[in-house]
Amino acid sequence: MSARVQRAPFDIGAELAGFGAGAGAVVTFSGLVRDEDGRLVALEIEHYPGMTERALTAYGEAAAARFGLSDWRIIHRYGRLEVGEQIMMVATAARHRVAAFQAAEYLMDWLKSRAPFWKREIGPDGPGNWVEARSGDEDALTRW
Amino acid sequence: MAVDVLYFAWLRERIGQPRERIETQAATVRELVAQLAAMDEWHALALSDLSAVRVAIDQELSDLDAPLAGAREVAFFPPMTGG
Repeated sequence: MSARVQRAPFDIGAELAGFGAGAGAVVTFSGLVRDEDGRLVALEIEHYPGMTERALTAYGEAAAARFGLSDWRIIHRYGRLEVGEQIMMVATAARHRVAAFQAAEYLMDWLKSRAPFWKREIGPDGPGNWVEARSGDEDALTRW
Repeated sequence: MAVDVLYFAWLRERIGQPRERIETQAATVRELVAQLAAMDEWHALALSDLSAVRVAIDQELSDLDAPLAGAREVAFFPPMTGG
């Protein structure tokens, strides 16, 4: 049960070693940097040190209580990330798969709209626009 | 009272600095915004469209009408785009 914010890459396989031992179901999700049809070479991700860790821990604890998770892990990177690199991962462990899947979706919906990260596009010519929030991401929270 | 005011993403860029210490008598976040926007054109521009601005007080998400009493740190930033 942990949340981490880091610049360095992570190894999902290593992160999952021993994760959820004793649970019946483990779900993992990882988000990668898209190339947006060749428009992007990288993303620059900014965050709010201190608040980020608090928010991720709070959402992880809320998911654990709501879905009865036996374990959870959130890792989110910041800094410059090249196309294809991992941005973040969530892993959830529960007795049965439905709770593990739902908890992973719940965490992703909260992370996208409520965790203090901001993405900036970097194209072949250098830094471009800040990524705008999608209304669909905000709407997704209403289902919880 | 004095509060540390933090800016992120394009708010930080438009204002030209990541944080500043502000002496204020503002009772709410909205009053603090009005004070900041009156400081110079950069603050005014960054804070001109409040529908695009989110706020946190002492690292908890809040809103413009929240009271500032006791706040140590107030952050302004655009809607978040994590994940």
